[in-house]
Amino acid sequence: MNAFQDAVVYLNDPFNWTSARGILFLAGQHLQIAGLAMLFALLVAVPPAVWLGHRGRGGGFLLGLSNVSRAVPTLAVLTIFAVTSIGFTIWAPVIALALFAVPPMLANTYVGFREVDRDVVEAARAMGMSGRQVVWRAELPLALPLVMTGIRTAAVQVVATATLASLLANPTLGTVIRSGFGRQDYGMVVAGALLVAGLALLTDLALALLSWAVTPGDRRVPFARTRSRRAEATAVAAAR
Amino acid sequence: MLSAAGGAVLAADAAPNPWFDLSWVSNNWSTIMPLVGQHVRLTVVSVLIGALVAFPLALLARRTRGLAAAVLGLSTFVYTIPSLAMFAFIAPFTGLSETTVAIGLVLYSLVVLVRNFLAGLQAVPAEVREAARGMGYGPGRMLLRVELPLALPAIMTGLRIATVTTVALVTVGVIVGQGGLGQIIIVNGFGANYYRPPIVFGALGCVLLALLADQALAVVERLLTPWTRRGAAA
Repeated sequence: MNAFQDAVVYLNDPFNWTSARGILFLAGQHLQIAGLAMLFALLVAVPPAVWLGHRGRGGGFLLGLSNVSRAVPTLAVLTIFAVTSIGFTIWAPVIALALFAVPPMLANTYVGFREVDRDVVEAARAMGMSGRQVVWRAELPLALPLVMTGIRTAAVQVVATATLASLLANPTLGTVIRSGFGRQDYGMVVAGALLVAGLALLTDLALALLSWAVTPGDRRVPFARTRSRRAEATAVAAAR
Repeated sequence: MLSAAGGAVLAADAAPNPWFDLSWVSNNWSTIMPLVGQHVRLTVVSVLIGALVAFPLALLARRTRGLAAAVLGLSTFVYTIPSLAMFAFIAPFTGLSETTVAIGLVLYSLVVLVRNFLAGLQAVPAEVREAARGMGYGPGRMLLRVELPLALPAIMTGLRIATVTTVALVTVGVIVGQGGLGQIIIVNGFGANYYRPPIVFGALGCVLLALLADQALAVVERLLTPWTRRGAAA
């Protein structure tokens, strides 16, 4: 347990946070890489997935792609981009991470749009909506929970994988773990692990809240187990 | 060309750094093989232990809904922890050993396996179970003869996903010096003046290993479930 005590000591030292290559700098780099990767992946993945899902085509290909991407080690792809001519800029990890964020967003967005009740689409058409209006006003709100699931999965994965960029040329929060191993300082190793795991869990939490906030209609409070409990609570409140 | 070596004045011509070089593979066979062996060993051991732990867990979780929710919630939590952090949490106890990597990989494979095992067992129709009970099957025999065969496709799917993800994750073990093909990528490639042949070999090797393992398990699945083939043919 000694390493865990040392980790607390390490995290309690303000110098470790504010120094030139301290935790705050590394967290900034980490988030910059992850944020840019997510931005690119969103731009690349969502429009075609919406279009294909709207048309109901290409599903097998998209789901196959997301399965195959599981077999490709992220570390390998990160390294391959790191030894190209963009190697020592932040674009190497950004592109590598964006590649891995694309498949889950493609698959979930596609399924979300394809699974929209065809009767709803037909009703929207009958009300005189154009193709674009059907996508934006009828399909998007109904597909949004799954679209957000894809974004959430991808974001957590990107934040987690950005850690690995520290094994190559880019400093991220993983650098704390790596330097800890380099100095044989297990307190620092565990401190880095706590930071990295904390950031991943925070990302997951933030996106869970975001997807709750943007989902229209009778929405479920995140982390509440069932809708009925909330309905019960409202019923009790109404009875009073 | 590497941007770092872009200066005009070099004492000698830059050493060639091709993307593909099969002679590197044949010249370094004695380095490569033990690491491939380690990669396969870590994958097999982790998925096997994961399956042995996941099965009783799934059986337990099936009994009570509260326990199922707890197991699934905890497994989601485990899966959110980045692999590098996972190995870093374990390393203070087990050091720079294969055990550190194996424990982390067991935890990740456990997440996938428990979910699939549980889903498979829960998908057994209640009528089938009742019919088996009516025919005098006790709980043990029912599990072996009725529930397991019906849950087998879901179980095998879980094993395949867990194996493929584990093959990819072994590479991160490089942080404790036990990364299988990850060692080739980082140490023999990136660490050796960004030499590309080992990097490409390691990457392709991982993908190939994953696909081979997946196909092998697909064959096992077909052999174990001859009735689905007959059904498809009819």
